[in-house]
Amino acid sequence: MSAGKSFWEMDELRLIVGAMVILGGATGILVVLPYLLLENVKPPAGLKPYTDQQWLGRQTYIANGCVYCHSQQPRDIKQAPDAKRGWGRASVAGDYAYDTPHLLGTMRTGPDLLNIGARQPSKDWHLGHLYQPRAYTPGSIMPSYPFLFEVRQGAAKAGETVVNLPPSFAKAGQVVVAKPEALALVDYLVSLDRTYPALPPLPVAVAPSAKEKP
Amino acid sequence: MDFTVSVLLGTFLLSIAALFIFIWSMSKGLFGDGVAAATEIFGKNELGTVEDPAATRTQMGGLQQAMGNVAERMTEEEEESRARADKSTSLVVGVCLTLAVVWLVLASLAGLISSIKLHAPDWLVQYEWLTFGRIRPIHLNLVAYGWCSLAGVGVAIWLIPRLLKTELVGAKYALIGGALWSIGVFAGTVAIGMGYSDGLEWLEYPWKIDILLVVGGALVGFPLWLTLLQRKVEHLYVSVWYIGAGLLWFPILFLIANWPGLHFGVQQATMNWWFGHNVLGLWFTPIGLAASYYFIPKVLGKPIHSYNLSLLGFWSLAFFYSQVGGHHLIGGPIPSWLVTISIVQSMMMAIPVFAVAVNQHMTVLGNFRALAYSPTLRFIVLGAMMYTAASIQGSLEALRAVNTVTHFTHYTIAHAHLGLYGFFSMVMFGSIYFIMPRVMNWEWPYPKLISLHFWLVLIGFAIYFIWLSIGGWLQGLAMLDENTTFMQSVAITLPYLEARSIGGGLMTLGHLVFAAHFFAMGWKFGPKRLGAALLSNSLLSRLTGKGVTA
Repeated sequence: MSAGKSFWEMDELRLIVGAMVILGGATGILVVLPYLLLENVKPPAGLKPYTDQQWLGRQTYIANGCVYCHSQQPRDIKQAPDAKRGWGRASVAGDYAYDTPHLLGTMRTGPDLLNIGARQPSKDWHLGHLYQPRAYTPGSIMPSYPFLFEVRQGAAKAGETVVNLPPSFAKAGQVVVAKPEALALVDYLVSLDRTYPALPPLPVAVAPSAKEKP
Repeated sequence: MDFTVSVLLGTFLLSIAALFIFIWSMSKGLFGDGVAAATEIFGKNELGTVEDPAATRTQMGGLQQAMGNVAERMTEEEEESRARADKSTSLVVGVCLTLAVVWLVLASLAGLISSIKLHAPDWLVQYEWLTFGRIRPIHLNLVAYGWCSLAGVGVAIWLIPRLLKTELVGAKYALIGGALWSIGVFAGTVAIGMGYSDGLEWLEYPWKIDILLVVGGALVGFPLWLTLLQRKVEHLYVSVWYIGAGLLWFPILFLIANWPGLHFGVQQATMNWWFGHNVLGLWFTPIGLAASYYFIPKVLGKPIHSYNLSLLGFWSLAFFYSQVGGHHLIGGPIPSWLVTISIVQSMMMAIPVFAVAVNQHMTVLGNFRALAYSPTLRFIVLGAMMYTAASIQGSLEALRAVNTVTHFTHYTIAHAHLGLYGFFSMVMFGSIYFIMPRVMNWEWPYPKLISLHFWLVLIGFAIYFIWLSIGGWLQGLAMLDENTTFMQSVAITLPYLEARSIGGGLMTLGHLVFAAHFFAMGWKFGPKRLGAALLSNSLLSRLTGKGVTA
């Protein structure tokens, strides 16, 4: 026991106080400071909030873990040729004003999707691609998502959305109908479009690199 | 001067200043307890005596011979108090480690399925819960919060009475905590499978389930503080510092990270990686290092190389590691000064890594023959080497030039496995081989299975790591070349992804061997070889006479 020892001689107290001070410091720098700096970032004029349907699609994106293969953060042309691939300009904090949870992602097993709606606005393409990616992109390793669709013999009912597959992938007499989750997900995907001009990400004093941007 | 550069310089100078203050305070005896603390884990006459309950009688003989013969033995009194200390933890440690092994098997299967799906994308696609985007986070969470955390908790609790030379106080809190924790892991896995994910990597469990892990995590730490009040040792051994800090840090990190409605947009991304990296640096790493700091000297019967260096390692790890998370967002839409701080601190990590490397490798140096005899040591020394490798690799990956290539590629996945598997899981395997004979009062029934486990996971992991690293690097280069189409960067990885599945398959096989052996011991299968694994023959007869079983 440490009875009779001064504060700094007590290992237990040194441990607790030291550990907490250090964790507090790190949390201050990496969590609290960004919170204070980004709290007042305004959404750019060109960015629209998600509609209910798009928001629902975003939940499907989250539920099926699209984020584990697709990033949503094009990098600056000085660092990587993302823009030349049609993925868009480097994103800024304001682009994510309506994005909670954030879906920045850490992998590019598939391409960046922050501007997929601008790049591929066809809902038909997206539905078919979700049903069978290899029908559209040979060599793709994206999973197919049959559980987002219903495959039936015969015709579709009124009000149902039929997936138009390329001829070699469509089976005669069979109809592929998109479930509501698939429709919502596609609505979300085509809404991903941050091609409007970016506002400076932060006050100039904090991010001087903004000065260099056009 | 450019703001980012001044932040860089400022952080660097501040870190150097902190380091000097630390060294000064250590020289004044404010932090360290000197060399005496290094021998705190041994009994009075125990130095020079080897210990490895996982070793057979022949191996023990060889091990002791490799380390030189001892003249004196521990007193009976000391042996008995050690046995009492071990026995005070046996129930809670047995429960935690059993759960951990179950999670390990499930996690391996989930990982293997994810791996195969990356090169067989139309395999098992009918079931929602098996889609890649669900089974992959199921794998990660089962590994992190199931296997690694519960194994870590089990090992930490078992170490506490040995480090403090007293019986464990308040084991029931840890038992309740471990149970809540496991219920949380189960519920979280089901939630991800059903599509109820919070959407953040490492933080997928819905926040209502996270409450179980925060409360459970706080409860498992309780016995440490209660036992500290009863401690019979003068100095706190370095493992106690690591375990104590880790048990404090985790619940706080997890609580802040999962607080509902608090985080938003890009700020949430910085928080995400503040957590994602700290759960490694301030939870798994401290527990893994605590275990290797105990078992390496304990098996060899000689104290660590430099005790002061070990404490320098502890404090500098806490200081630098806690600020490195931002390097996960290099090139992302976050303030550049934040990324810069994290890059600088990632470089400064060289200090704690050096401290641990010198200590652990120098202790083993010259005694490599011991590895041939001690199953425990084989796993733990390998783990310690992987820690050094993973840390150096991690620092390099934080450099902007390297990160530009490796970011967003499978290279990062390989690196993550070097840390959490190569280092942490290996150390846990070794620790479990040491601990379970004490917990069960029963030897490992089939020593050959320990070797089989070792070689399967070593070869499997070598294939996994080497091929995936190469594949990831090539993938990164392809993505940076604007004349290469994106699909080419996918095609280039395919053979490496297939190799990864083979490596992962061997690792999974190794885990099945390990789990089978673990449960064979639990049900007391195999030849009855009670004796060599226990403390001493005199004590054994008394313990078994009293009918002490697990």
